[in-house]
Amino acid sequence: MTSSMSHPPNSQGTVRVEPDGPQAQSTYLNNGYGWKSWLFTVDHKRIAILYLVSISFFFAVGGAFATMMRLELATPQGDVLQSDSYNKLFTMHGLVMIFFFLVPSIPAVLGNFLLPIMIGCKDLAFPKINLLSWYIYVIGGTMTLYVALTGGVDTGWTFYTPYSSTYANTAVVPMALGVFITGFSSILTGLNFIVTVHKMRAPGLTWFKLPLFIWAQYATSLIMVLGTPVLATTILLVGLERLFHIGIFDPTIGGDPVLFQHLFWFYSHPAVYIMILPGMGVISEIIACFTKKRVFGYSFIAFSTLAIAVLGFLVWGHHLFVSGQSAFAGIVFSVISMFVAVPSAVKIFNWTATLYKGTIEVTTPMLYALGFIGLFTIGGLTGLFLAIMSVDVHLTDTYFVVAHFHYVMVGGMLMAYLGGLHFWWPKMFGRMYPEFAAKFAAVIIFVGFNLTFFPQFLLGYMGMPRRYHAYPEEFQVLNILSSAGASILAVGYIIPVFYLVWSLKWGEKAGPNPWGAKGLEWTTQSPPTTHNFDRIPVVTEEAYAYGHEPTITVGPGDDNPNPHYKGSTHV
Amino acid sequence: MWKNFPLLPPSASTMAVQIDAVWWFLVALTVVMTVLIFAAVLTFVVMFRKKNDGRVATQIEGSTQLEILWSVIPLIIVMGLFFWGTAVYVQMMRPPKNVMDFYLVGKQWMWKVQHPTGQREINALHIPVNQAIRLTQTSEDVIHSFFIPAFRTKKDAVPGRYTQQWFEANEVGTFHIFCAEYCGTKHSQMIGEVTVMTQEDYEIWLSGAVAGESPEDAGKKLFEGMRCASCHPIDSAVKLIDGVAARGPLLAGIYGTEVALKNGGKVVVDDTYIRESIVRPLAKVVAGFEPVMPTYEGQLSEEQIIQIAAYIKSLKGAEAPSDGAKK
Amino acid sequence: MSEHVLPAGVPPPVSHHFVDLHQQEESEKLGMWTFLITEVMFFGALFTAYVVYRNMYPEAFMLASSKLDWKLGGLNTLVLIVSSLTMAMAIRCAQTAKKNLMLINIVLTMALGVVFLVVKYFEYMSKWEHHLMPGPSFDVAAFGQWGNQARIFFSIYFAMTGLHAFHMIVGLGIMTWVFLKARKGHFTPQRYVGIEISGLYWHFVDLVWIFLFPMLYLLGAHTGLGH
Repeated sequence: MTSSMSHPPNSQGTVRVEPDGPQAQSTYLNNGYGWKSWLFTVDHKRIAILYLVSISFFFAVGGAFATMMRLELATPQGDVLQSDSYNKLFTMHGLVMIFFFLVPSIPAVLGNFLLPIMIGCKDLAFPKINLLSWYIYVIGGTMTLYVALTGGVDTGWTFYTPYSSTYANTAVVPMALGVFITGFSSILTGLNFIVTVHKMRAPGLTWFKLPLFIWAQYATSLIMVLGTPVLATTILLVGLERLFHIGIFDPTIGGDPVLFQHLFWFYSHPAVYIMILPGMGVISEIIACFTKKRVFGYSFIAFSTLAIAVLGFLVWGHHLFVSGQSAFAGIVFSVISMFVAVPSAVKIFNWTATLYKGTIEVTTPMLYALGFIGLFTIGGLTGLFLAIMSVDVHLTDTYFVVAHFHYVMVGGMLMAYLGGLHFWWPKMFGRMYPEFAAKFAAVIIFVGFNLTFFPQFLLGYMGMPRRYHAYPEEFQVLNILSSAGASILAVGYIIPVFYLVWSLKWGEKAGPNPWGAKGLEWTTQSPPTTHNFDRIPVVTEEAYAYGHEPTITVGPGDDNPNPHYKGSTHV
Repeated sequence: MWKNFPLLPPSASTMAVQIDAVWWFLVALTVVMTVLIFAAVLTFVVMFRKKNDGRVATQIEGSTQLEILWSVIPLIIVMGLFFWGTAVYVQMMRPPKNVMDFYLVGKQWMWKVQHPTGQREINALHIPVNQAIRLTQTSEDVIHSFFIPAFRTKKDAVPGRYTQQWFEANEVGTFHIFCAEYCGTKHSQMIGEVTVMTQEDYEIWLSGAVAGESPEDAGKKLFEGMRCASCHPIDSAVKLIDGVAARGPLLAGIYGTEVALKNGGKVVVDDTYIRESIVRPLAKVVAGFEPVMPTYEGQLSEEQIIQIAAYIKSLKGAEAPSDGAKK
Repeated sequence: MSEHVLPAGVPPPVSHHFVDLHQQEESEKLGMWTFLITEVMFFGALFTAYVVYRNMYPEAFMLASSKLDWKLGGLNTLVLIVSSLTMAMAIRCAQTAKKNLMLINIVLTMALGVVFLVVKYFEYMSKWEHHLMPGPSFDVAAFGQWGNQARIFFSIYFAMTGLHAFHMIVGLGIMTWVFLKARKGHFTPQRYVGIEISGLYWHFVDLVWIFLFPMLYLLGAHTGLGH
């Protein structure tokens, strides 16, 4: 091993923090500085940083699209944009946010960075495949940007046939290719996580000692691996339909356009759980840490995670209640969709119960976590409206769906992502951010979010259809509220950029465990060394063993179990 | 902009009340649960806030009883909701006997409606109050969705197949029609108005509107023009056509009955089956007949097929119990 | 910890981030199995499309299927089954340290893969000549009333066999890599996971064909309509 061998871990398994000096500690960040050391890295932590930068970029792009949409919707007439441009905006907003931000956000950034550390290994099972997945993501993202800059695409992110396959006059094929390619990045990440969790856990780290974040990543990976290929094939068929008129979705020769919807939602409904489950994992970590308590009902949360992943594959037909799907099929999909409410409710109750008799510190990550509980409660319960067929008939394809979706995705997932980012920021970069500014931003985001999306529930119930460029006058007041909220939300998203970047250089040094948290990631230095641990840890205690003396010990006497351990981060 | 600022949609159909009942129950559930969760979270945060009093967190492993409790109670609630919601949905699927049949074709970017008496409208629908209306709908191009928020009803218009929805307006007035399924550039302009009128006003409107041919009459002309009758008898008295046994099934009274198929299955003769038999005659051949009918795919527009179907629907069986026509 | 004696020039078997060889091999195997599951789902969408349309238009599918040459399809089935055998033998040779026999079997496997693709090429060419490529140029008239639906059959045929052929080409690439590694002596009785998981992939691609052959070729072969 390299220089880190000179700092043996102390008896409690935590690495001594080295004082600043001429011999600064070796970290994954100062292990090479050139562009090659980043673009050819196979270190999961550096790849996580690459992802962090790229998804932040795409979030900004998707956010800019949303801003323009909300600007247009401030007035009933279509006056700011042509309807074509508006249609392209909501399509690109959906595509960019879903495929280039939400799906990769927590898995590819926080998961990539933390999963190996939290299970006590040196890297993901396939580091080169991990890097490959980032390159695939970048290629897919570049195609998407190319499409956005050369005219855009106007099919809606759902690519419904036969509009997308026959009637649209926009760049559907390049965009479909972009989504198709990006899908593989998600498949490869999922594959890597599954193998790593199965095969590379530290000695003693049994499944039921795993942090819930790992359970969530694992369930998410299962969905990525099982669902994404179906989307890939479906998108491929749309592309072939456009290029060669193969007719599979073309009703004029007997093809079935609704088959596309079945195939599409077979992936895209579980994809919603790809987006929310990792967020739930983050929330479990944050709440345990800032109550200093073991998570209430650990195994119930773990199993509810798997239950949501499995049930998620059986509910896609609830997107087709008004599409002419048979009533019987509709009823079956409706009842299974209702079942999803149970594991979701179990999680909410368990998190709330965890707060009971804890020692609660309301830090920035905790603010996000508490916000998540509230907003996900609303997002989840409004899902019931859409699972009940008679009510869904009225609400589907209206702003109610838009609001529900954003409560889960932005109120849930994005809050969890920001919470997780603030929680592990000191670990990732070794620096603290200014707490006041961070709390201020969290409150702004919470207020802006509710102002943006709550009015949309009312709009939907009143019947305003989604994807409308112009709308009847009576919907204007609520739309103005929503647009006003969006501008507040935008401010809330910009503030963290400043203080987080600031903290990189001027933030207070964090030390290995600034929150006094449990978990293997807090036993190593901040930022971690390239190989995460000086010795492979041996785990003897449960997850979230708060209230116990630390009993994590270091590995067997052999200093370096692997003689071929080269300590190089390069391919 | 403040004038005309409702927070609730108008409710103008028989089903709207029932759907709203489920809706309001859900709203109440959501509000109660959200308030409870927020209250619990805030209470705990205030009560158990970390202070410098040396208190340490009480470690609680979990509680199986509680877990079962808060799994089973939500399960009971959602199952109750499911049965209630589905019961309402089943009613939404079943129109009353005296329903009036309207025909609707969506195309980019307009709605074309035809009344049972032949009047045509574009992006507008005039209907009598307190009368069940059934829309049989399809699309000429992409998928659209015909949505009347005031009636709480919506159904996709899918190219290549028929879908149906019905509603009974119970309030006179004008309400929005929206296309709810994204259909291209002018999706947001694929809107219209439904005008609900008293029975008398509707009669007056009908007489004032340009009374085109009724779908049945137009269908009859097409039926004759395409020489369908050279194979398909339309009168149960006719046994032979041109001196030979009819090559196609008798059409009188066939609508709504179940016919046996050559390959052993059975099918109910509805608009979808009639449409399929016209564009893909060999898909489901009636037992006792040879697969000889040519396809009319591409030769007839969606509206013409609807008209032929309406005509076949109008052909009544023999005066005597119409069962005889089936055999 | 590494107890094997390695030939000169061969890199150490355990990558830096694994604890030992066992963990690495287990990971690699599980990785390939997981990958194959994604492949099942990948083809699964097409199988779904096939089942849906086969149920919608059984006669059209029968008729269209009869235009496929089941003899060539059968030949290809045989070719792939034999290639699976040679693949399995190559792995066995790796386990028993018979390097030359292993190389011969790898080359045979690749040769059979090439034979498959050549046969496929001639099949595609004949479809091209008979205007059976999906798209507007499709010879609708050849199928009477079922012209358009036969076109859907051929779309599915080309999508499925095309995707399969693509997997064969990737397989040949993988086998080339296996061959080069094998020649350098990377596969030993102690460490042959590379060739083993490549074999898994090869068998999977063969297995897909075993499903495609009856679904596409044999469906209408007995009707004698095509020839």
